[in-house]
Amino acid sequence: MSSSPARTPFIVRLGRSFDARSWLLVGLFAAFALIAVPVMHLLLPPENPLHLSTYFITLTGKILCYAIVAVAMDLIWGYGGILSLGHGLFFALGGYTFGMYLMRQIGRDGSYQSDLPDFMVFLDWQQLPWFWAGSEHFLWVVLLVLVVPALIAFIFGYFAFRSRIKGVYFSIITQALTYAAMLLFFRNETGFGGNNGFTDFKRILGYSITAPETRVVLFALSALALIGTLLLARFLVTSKFGRILTAIRDAESRVMFIGYNPLWYKLFVWTLSAMLCAIAGALYVPQVGIINPSEMAVANSIEIAIWVAVGGRGTLIGAVIGAFIVNLAKSWFTVSFPEYWLFFLGTLFIVSTLWLPQGVVGLYRRLRAGVGRETAGDASAADVPRSLRGVTDGVDARAVGGESLPAAKGARA
Amino acid sequence: MNTGDLQVSDNPDWDSGTAELGHLLKPGELDLSHKVVLYLEDITVSFDGFRALNSLSLAIDSGELRCIIGPNGAGKTTMMDVITGKTRPDEGRAFFGQTLDLTRLSEPEIAHAGIGRKFQKPTIFENHTVFENLELAMKTDKRVWRSLRAMLDSAAGDRIAATLQTIRLTAHADRLAGLLSHGQKQWLEIGMLLMQEPKLLLLDEPVAGMTDEETERTGELFLSLAGQHSLVVVEHDMAFVKQLGGTVTVLHEGSVLAEGSLEEVQADARVIEVYLGR
Amino acid sequence: MRTIGFLVFGCLLSVSGAHAAVDPALLGPLAADGNDAKIVAIAALVEGAKGEALPVLKAMARGSLALAGERVVIVDGERVIDASTNVEMAPPPAVTESIGINNRLRRELASTLASLRLFSDNREVRWEAAQELASGADAELLPLLDRALASETDPEIKARLQMAYAQGSLGSDDATVRLDAVRLLGESSDANVRQLLLPLTEKRGDSWAEPDSAVRAAAGTSIRAIDKRLAFAENVGRAFTGVSLASILLLAALGLAITYGVMGVINMAHGELLMVGAYSAWAMQAVFQAYLPDFIDWYLLAAIPVGFLAAALVGVLMERVVIRHLYGRPLETLLATWGISLFLIQVARTVFGAQNVEVANPVWMAGAIEVLPNLLLPWNRIIIIGFSVAVLAAMWAILNLSRMGMFVRAVTQNRPMAGCVGVPTGRIDTMAFGLGAGIAGLGGVALSQIANVGPDMGQGYIVDSFMVVVLGGVGQLAGAVWAALGLGVLTKFLEGWTGAVVAKIVVLVIIIIFIQKRPQGLFALKGRFVES
Repeated sequence: MSSSPARTPFIVRLGRSFDARSWLLVGLFAAFALIAVPVMHLLLPPENPLHLSTYFITLTGKILCYAIVAVAMDLIWGYGGILSLGHGLFFALGGYTFGMYLMRQIGRDGSYQSDLPDFMVFLDWQQLPWFWAGSEHFLWVVLLVLVVPALIAFIFGYFAFRSRIKGVYFSIITQALTYAAMLLFFRNETGFGGNNGFTDFKRILGYSITAPETRVVLFALSALALIGTLLLARFLVTSKFGRILTAIRDAESRVMFIGYNPLWYKLFVWTLSAMLCAIAGALYVPQVGIINPSEMAVANSIEIAIWVAVGGRGTLIGAVIGAFIVNLAKSWFTVSFPEYWLFFLGTLFIVSTLWLPQGVVGLYRRLRAGVGRETAGDASAADVPRSLRGVTDGVDARAVGGESLPAAKGARA
Repeated sequence: MNTGDLQVSDNPDWDSGTAELGHLLKPGELDLSHKVVLYLEDITVSFDGFRALNSLSLAIDSGELRCIIGPNGAGKTTMMDVITGKTRPDEGRAFFGQTLDLTRLSEPEIAHAGIGRKFQKPTIFENHTVFENLELAMKTDKRVWRSLRAMLDSAAGDRIAATLQTIRLTAHADRLAGLLSHGQKQWLEIGMLLMQEPKLLLLDEPVAGMTDEETERTGELFLSLAGQHSLVVVEHDMAFVKQLGGTVTVLHEGSVLAEGSLEEVQADARVIEVYLGR
Repeated sequence: MRTIGFLVFGCLLSVSGAHAAVDPALLGPLAADGNDAKIVAIAALVEGAKGEALPVLKAMARGSLALAGERVVIVDGERVIDASTNVEMAPPPAVTESIGINNRLRRELASTLASLRLFSDNREVRWEAAQELASGADAELLPLLDRALASETDPEIKARLQMAYAQGSLGSDDATVRLDAVRLLGESSDANVRQLLLPLTEKRGDSWAEPDSAVRAAAGTSIRAIDKRLAFAENVGRAFTGVSLASILLLAALGLAITYGVMGVINMAHGELLMVGAYSAWAMQAVFQAYLPDFIDWYLLAAIPVGFLAAALVGVLMERVVIRHLYGRPLETLLATWGISLFLIQVARTVFGAQNVEVANPVWMAGAIEVLPNLLLPWNRIIIIGFSVAVLAAMWAILNLSRMGMFVRAVTQNRPMAGCVGVPTGRIDTMAFGLGAGIAGLGGVALSQIANVGPDMGQGYIVDSFMVVVLGGVGQLAGAVWAALGLGVLTKFLEGWTGAVVAKIVVLVIIIIFIQKRPQGLFALKGRFVES
């Protein structure tokens, strides 16, 4: 080791985040998404049993976007211990931002044949609001997708983490933030189409948005984005940064007293997570063809958490698996047994928290390791941070019993 | 805005002792020119009218090993909270060296400036290995960007290995810290403190839950550290306090009741009264 | 002696009133041909029969006076009433001719009726007449009002009459009369009077509608005075709706103050416990309709214990089956209880249908009291405010005075120690959670009276009730009360300026900022162990 390891190029280190087996899996997945899917969708005739339908492409593409969100959630929750109930907001913000571009691409083909989007004509607006400026430029909008949700996350996170809001408090505050944003977007005056949001898209970069080729490209982009997200996330959690992040999750005060400022660590991973959500949202909207404020509903954000919980927190790949399991189940239920979907989802929430603390991935590992030799081996997937509530071992009891005067006084009030 | 990473960390030789040669006061840098490493004056902290600290004054000399004793509720832990920035005093001044006002710095800043703290209940990263615990504690640039790019070099590896040796956990280096025994956790936390290379170590009941033999070794370790480092040890175990020697400060109801050698203190009538029956 | 005489006289009067009979000879001429003859007949009737003529004249003004043979009768739909005795005639005789009136007669009748009522011996009748005139008198009535003012002794009625007089005088040609009138009207707090004055300050074409500048200025002053009074009433109204909203927030949040605030359990299914309470009210209504229709107005009283028990039962089940296994893991609790909430929503949909159900206010909760003119306070809101105060008091008593409350506090402060001294911690957890859930059920019963009852109703309250608890500070009943009051009143006042949605957003943003400043809430706990 003659050269200093810190000088190893970033891209090489990024590549080393995956081991050989993971690279093989990623390669297979990439080959499927980038080669097999286009061939099977575009070249094979519909009668062919191997033909992939538009429904398949749209559904899978959608879930790929969800999987990105799930990985982003796993980063912040599984590794950072911060349960965000606001990721639906960043996802929707990314979608809305990119939706502005899609709305402008409609051009004069809307119902009112105006340069303005239909809903603005309907509201009798004469010109675009200031924040729509430049929304006809693809690159500018892509930049906005990357910057705007991240900026909002940064500002919100800075104040929240600086005030040391954590745990459930943070979850509730993010929920309130999302709720407020939803109310805001429901208003017509906000300039994002009110109730109906954006829809009836026609083109993207001049290509028809419903053309099979466009769909395949969007699908491939989503797959690539997911691979990139996984790679980046894997790099983060295996770096020293990741170890500090989990250390903050487990014992924040110790982290502070050895000289790390948790604020910037949390803020970094929070902002990054929001940014990934925004990217996913921007990929999602052209594939689904609609974005409206209901994407910001409280329920949606909590559902993201259940994808991660079902798959297995703190495993990254579990987030992807969970996103696929839950969303495939959702599309099956809502078509076949719509009245049972909430029963299923509700049960899933309860079961995964009560009996599957490490999700499907944890279950698989446990089965493989043999039921008897259940190890606490996987550090990152380990259960609950003990620091969350007074644990009742001897030392703690003594501390509480002996010198708890202020707390006891306060709690009585 | 810049609450995160303070100036101290930017200075590569912040503890190289330049202060003793010149007398250049640099803000944000530890200055030990007057032999006093920690200086508390008239510190008062109240919680809902309850005075946890009542105009407490205390000075710790550079290289000193000081034991603090006192009954439950005497304010020992609150005093440590004030020194490490966890609790802000309602009144009074707290200085680290001549220049660093502890009442204005955040916890990470104080840690960076050179104060390490061991908690009453061993606080380690239970889901990390022993090795990783020490790695995270090691004195280095602790900003986000550096942590993202950081890789272990061989010098750092050697240091960790040496510390593992000191705290006798070499064989457990790759075990999860949560699986250690209570005494081993105490040692690991002390090891993490050593990796920080602090000027001042605050140790809250470091030998609680240790066997007699472990306690004895801990005492030896502390005695070997005194001189280069300053140590403040809060302890209930009088045998351990006796082993450490040095000055003993007795806290009672948030202020200093008595100060002196263990024998002097034990002979003090007021101390006996407070410890009635002990 | 005089008093007794007066009493006797009064009795006689009332007796004669009850068996009032108008001399049929006075009634006959009303059917005379020609307006002049009729006017003479009316005057004679009033002269002869005084107050007893009132029903007849009223009927005449309505155009329902008729002849049945020789007899003058009042036709009221199918019924026919003898005008002289005011008694229904059975079987109804055939009506031979109706007594028609025209505009001239109508005016004559109106002023006669007004004067009859204004000079009635009955205070209520006079008060009503004055009320009616005060919101719409014209110049023709001025002489009449003048006389009434001279004879009226009741100060309240007199004030009303003055108001009516002032309105009538606005049309006067004399500027000083108008000036006095405008000044007098400035004492009104009626939006209608304001409308009446407004034209005086406006230009019609190029010239002022009111030629006299002094009158114009006075009109302006009077309008501002009325505006001030109206604004006051409006603000009182807003404060009231704010307090009302606060009482609802409080009811929604009080249960949470136990489960989250005291026990530290994040219960995302709290809104669904409200729903359980609301459906209990609906179910009790259905039960009463089916089995006790005579007591239907009291179904709500029965719904209170039923709602409490139903929600408490659901809560106990939740605690036993799920939450108990998740103590110390708040984030998992959050997710699991969210799952429970989805489950409960779907249960409600399956059992009661996806549509909202109808829960009616009992009669005693309907209506409103008028505190100021144009300020009505609905009874259901007032009762709910009272109810929330009662629930709060009961909860405080349970927590602070009962043995169970003591156990709950002991367990939440130091679980192992409480267990060591023999407190059955497990059972206390269940009971405390059941209590919190039951209180949510009570909140649901109250909500059923003012909000839609449907499977999704709970979702709307979850964010708000958490905000109340978070803002108030964990473990703090007093904090929850102040937070609910503050949020309720703030929201309603903001709504007045910005509209409902923006108000809600602003309030949420304010809370988020507030939490930054005081993460522990309004009533912060301090001390070494706060963080743990």
